[in-house]
Amino acid sequence: MTERKKVRIATTSLAGCFGCHTSFLDIDERLFALLDRVEFDRSPLTDIKHCGPCDIGIVEGGICNAENVEVLREFRRQCRILVAIGACAVTGGLPAQRNHLDLGACLSEVYLTELGVVNGQIPNDPELPLPLDKVHPLHEVVKVDYFIPGCPPSAEAIWKFLGDLLAGRTPHLGHGLMQYD
Amino acid sequence: MSDTQTFLLDGEEVPFAPGQTVIQAALAAGRYIPHLCYHPEFKPHGSCKVCTVRADGRTAAACTLPAQAGLAVESETEELKELRHTLVQMLFAEGNHFCPSCEQSGNCMLQALGYELGVMTAGFRHFFPIRPVDASHPDILLDFNRCILCELCVRASCEVDDKCVFALSGRGIGKHLIVNAESGRLADTEVALSDKSLQVCPVGVILRKRVGFAVPIGQRKYDLRPIRATALESAPRGPQAPGPCPSCEEGS
Repeated sequence: MTERKKVRIATTSLAGCFGCHTSFLDIDERLFALLDRVEFDRSPLTDIKHCGPCDIGIVEGGICNAENVEVLREFRRQCRILVAIGACAVTGGLPAQRNHLDLGACLSEVYLTELGVVNGQIPNDPELPLPLDKVHPLHEVVKVDYFIPGCPPSAEAIWKFLGDLLAGRTPHLGHGLMQYD
Repeated sequence: MSDTQTFLLDGEEVPFAPGQTVIQAALAAGRYIPHLCYHPEFKPHGSCKVCTVRADGRTAAACTLPAQAGLAVESETEELKELRHTLVQMLFAEGNHFCPSCEQSGNCMLQALGYELGVMTAGFRHFFPIRPVDASHPDILLDFNRCILCELCVRASCEVDDKCVFALSGRGIGKHLIVNAESGRLADTEVALSDKSLQVCPVGVILRKRVGFAVPIGQRKYDLRPIRATALESAPRGPQAPGPCPSCEEGS
């Protein structure tokens, strides 16, 4: 009996809320069945800091700052198949609701002029990634192979998607699993 | 019934009454053609092009195309499905359609068409246009971010309510929905809660205040059944029309 080589998966959350990761964990005990087939590279589940060569990269959240761009490009470089998961990765989502506001005005309101702010200053530590003037969905920065919409997509939708992909089928979410909300 | 005239829709005969359009006859016969700006109670508008079919080799909007005896209409072809898919993608990229926070989510025709056509991403670069809301009216909110320019509210307000509260202004990419008042604010119009114009928005632009989320997300119209099935129910039925189509109920 030769053991089948496991499919290597990396996941990350960029400008997201980890809700999609939480929904992924909602597949519950099916995680054990999944772990017979896959192993995890960089992911909040492993705490590996950089993504090695992977079969599948799953990215939650949109792109709101320079670090997001760097991480997304690392995923695109290392993963054969890149998947955008959730409304933020697919559309920009909630963080993109700031896109009609001027970034400078946003920062000064929050850190300088907001009621209750005393001696405020706009953070400028060089370790902080610079925010982008607009929040973008992933496909505006790199090529994305598959999209799973939803806020978050249900565990059933994620399970169906992964099942299809691991079986070599084109993933298909029918009515009920495909939700934008 | 010997004088019943028919045309062909994807190779199958569809009966029609004189004066009917292709989409009217198709829906009455229990055959769904995806559509967005078409509404059975209003004159066809032909602007969204989602109902585009190929008739005798030429593309045409099924909502404006008169049914003719012997016409060969193609609808469910890969080419036309791809075209509709792209049209819906462009609508999503053009406006600010953030479904998770929209009160119309689950009741929205644009969203339901996205599901129907398998639109997983807008595909294009999002415009993120700046479109401030109009919350001036005590009972009605206008969120222009979601407007798809179908003109149903314009048509209803002029043709049914006889008020012309709404209109489109500008041309091309600058075209947008406006409120007919000196101030441009809904509060300064004669609009009333009973107006037809407030009941026809296929997306989430015209919303009644203080009734939001009365039905939870997940239990709404298109959450329960796909638009392919619900569109047939609301279509006026011809006498020979079959009942609800079982294959449409299965979803895709």
